[in-house]
Amino acid sequence: MRTIRSRLIAIGGLLVLAVWQLIPTNVTQRVRDPATGRMKDTTIRRVPINLGLDLQGGIHLALEVDQSKGPVPDCADAIQRAEKVVRTRIDEFGTSEPVVQIQGRCRLIVELAGEKDPARAKSIIQRTAFLEFRITDMKNLFRDALPEIDKALRRAGVTVAGQGAAAASVTQLFGTDTGKAKGKAPKGKAAAKDTTDLNAPGALSSLLFQGQLPGEYLVPEEQVPVAESLLARPDVQRLIPRGIELRWGTEVLSRAGRSYRTLYAVEDRPIITGEYLQDAKATRDPLTNQSVVNFVLSRRGGRIFERETGRHVNDYMAIILDGRVQGQPPVIKSQIGQRGQIELGAKPLQDAQDLALVLKAGALPAPLTIIEERTIGPSLGQDSIRDGIRAGVVGVALVVLIMVGYYRLSGVLSVAALALYVVFTLAGLAGFGFTLTLPGLAGLVLSVGIAVDANVLIFERIREELQHGKLVRTAVDEGFKHAMSAIIDSNVSTALTAFILYLVGTGPVQGFAITLIIGIAASMITAIFVVRTFYMIWLDRRPDMATLSV
Amino acid sequence: MIRLFANANYDFIKWRRWAYGLTAAIIIPGFALFLVRGLNYSIEFTGGTLIQVQTAEPVGPERIRSALDAAGIRDAEIQQFGAANEYVIRARLGRADAVVEGSTETTAAAVDSALARALGASPDHYKILRTEAVGPKVGRELQGKAFLAIFFSFIVTLVYLAIRFEWRFGLAAVLATAHDILSTIAFIRYLDLEVSLVVVGAVLTMVGYSLNDTIIIFDRVRENLRKFRRQNLYEILNLSINETLPRSVLTHGTTMATTIALVLLAGEVLRPFALVMTFAIFTGTFSSIYIAAPLLMYIEKRWPGEDARGARALRPAGSVPLTPPPSSGGSEARSKAAV
Repeated sequence: MRTIRSRLIAIGGLLVLAVWQLIPTNVTQRVRDPATGRMKDTTIRRVPINLGLDLQGGIHLALEVDQSKGPVPDCADAIQRAEKVVRTRIDEFGTSEPVVQIQGRCRLIVELAGEKDPARAKSIIQRTAFLEFRITDMKNLFRDALPEIDKALRRAGVTVAGQGAAAASVTQLFGTDTGKAKGKAPKGKAAAKDTTDLNAPGALSSLLFQGQLPGEYLVPEEQVPVAESLLARPDVQRLIPRGIELRWGTEVLSRAGRSYRTLYAVEDRPIITGEYLQDAKATRDPLTNQSVVNFVLSRRGGRIFERETGRHVNDYMAIILDGRVQGQPPVIKSQIGQRGQIELGAKPLQDAQDLALVLKAGALPAPLTIIEERTIGPSLGQDSIRDGIRAGVVGVALVVLIMVGYYRLSGVLSVAALALYVVFTLAGLAGFGFTLTLPGLAGLVLSVGIAVDANVLIFERIREELQHGKLVRTAVDEGFKHAMSAIIDSNVSTALTAFILYLVGTGPVQGFAITLIIGIAASMITAIFVVRTFYMIWLDRRPDMATLSV
Repeated sequence: MIRLFANANYDFIKWRRWAYGLTAAIIIPGFALFLVRGLNYSIEFTGGTLIQVQTAEPVGPERIRSALDAAGIRDAEIQQFGAANEYVIRARLGRADAVVEGSTETTAAAVDSALARALGASPDHYKILRTEAVGPKVGRELQGKAFLAIFFSFIVTLVYLAIRFEWRFGLAAVLATAHDILSTIAFIRYLDLEVSLVVVGAVLTMVGYSLNDTIIIFDRVRENLRKFRRQNLYEILNLSINETLPRSVLTHGTTMATTIALVLLAGEVLRPFALVMTFAIFTGTFSSIYIAAPLLMYIEKRWPGEDARGARALRPAGSVPLTPPPSSGGSEARSKAAV
């Protein structure tokens, strides 16, 4: 009785653990907003099983550094820079869970689920990276122009959507030293007097919060698409002061429970571009223990940089890769020549390494070539899921029919164990974060057929023992005992084959191998342990049972 | 209670020569065909371009062929795929050609524009469901990897079985599995199935499945060798196969049910995989009984083990009762009596 209870607790525990893995959780996804076509973060509830590209549709690309125009000495380094570049561009794709990973030494895998336009995706990925340094809007020209922009927007009939609490002018969010902001606010309102609505807050300025340094603004994450569409309007573009351009940052800051995207007003002319950059390295300053990035410019670049930085001491310099400001712009402390250093303060070394990669990416030595491309239309993926599930249901139904028809009550036990088996396998896929692919789905269906093998072995053994005239209880014990070596040897050898398949195979084959391995583990647990427990309970209830329904 | 093949007592081993003949009749022509014409490799292996299109109406492969011809795409192969209005266009890279990486994508774009010209550009006329473009380098790598996978799985199995059983069992099991690979290649050749990565996966699964089945029988042989000291290997093998027969029928029945469900219902992409798996179950079962077991007998005869029982006789002993009659004494008592 005691053992039954502890066995039941173990099974219950496993089941709770498995169901826990499968409970729909909140997953943050970047999805394309159908209204604006822009990317935004949304939180959705779904069962946390990742579907492969072949099931949800999308693009799979394998890229290598182009070596056709002379060999690239260090392709591992080159591919790391390329990865950084592709990652910064990934937002342009409108993909929910983009995959960018380095495979082997110098191959890059990019997977974009749901993307339908391969030509566009390829052109974005293969574009050469462009790095530039620009001084931020130190004179706050953009902020001064905001009232005019708001006025123009109001004239055009653009009103603020649900931003009641926001003030009419750029609000200070963190109380940092940007004193001029407050002074400008009344002026903005006064200028708005000739329009119909006196008290309406500015359509654009209500979205912007002053950041910590001149030219830095924070936009609430959910308002980013609105701000983007406002800024893209021609009448707004006209009013942005001459010599100033706006660039979004890559960083998402969270303050007081809300997340903000950074927006920078920068000078339209870069003080230097990536072509002059020769090297960048992340280190930790041994004296101050701060993360720093050291960079080296070419000789000509050094001369340009020396002249420009001399003019801009104490100004902030935005590092812009492919049109996006990377990290927070550092301040120029003194004139810099050929060698410079960017201090990141107390930030982790990882950040410094990322920045060094950004700087090096700007000088990407060779373009990427696509060596493999697969595009799967979303409708095909849905068809595959539907067909796969239909085949799975029919297959499982047949297995249930055969097992219950042949082994009757014992068959029912094995079917109950089979239900657990399916839950465990899916939980294994979810828990380890593996991706379910079409071959994986086939592997799952197939493994249901194989999973009953252990039960069949045990039941046949029990039948034999009963035939030899053993008592029910002894027959069950002996049946399990004798079937064990066959079950273990056969499953281990299959698992070994699947493991090799996983090691050697790629993409879809790996997905199949993973499902098979998890399936084998789950089937051994359910057949040996769970069914045994069911039998123990059964025999415990009916100790005097003379015949067994097997 | 339904009982299939309970207390069966067939002389399986006696029919081994017929079985050899049968399997040779399947493998040899198929393999000859394979050597002459090779296999229908997917573009994953050869490199090349695959495009699956869905047209508004079933236009027929000829219409697509003429559209491609007009655009100067000559070596493409066009096939109806699943539904009547879905087609797959394949342009494989020639093996010998030195092909520049990236040319496969150009082909994909060329096919798209050729179709647009012939069928009309809007998505109402045709829709591209799937594109695959694989450069020659990736294809070459994959071929090597598939071979490696099979090779390593054999080594690992040999080692595992040598540890758990003994090397004679391991060798017999691996040889039987090698037979299964040959017969599956013949099967793939007969049906002219496209060998994609997933089909290679099916072949490798078959390796696991067939080994699994052989091991179940060998496990029984191992046990019976200990239990019945007087019988020779011929009898032990027959006894073991007969004793595991109900299990074989049940397990293969259920597995076959799932693979046939996959063949019929899981769609065109998975069909080659499911067909190969269905055949694999058949050949795996066959080889466990008719290849692995007799091979074990020959190996024992050639290189006798400790008790040299394999060498004793290759024919049935005749009068000795093989299956212990139902008795209350249990098998342990019975086996002691046999000693």
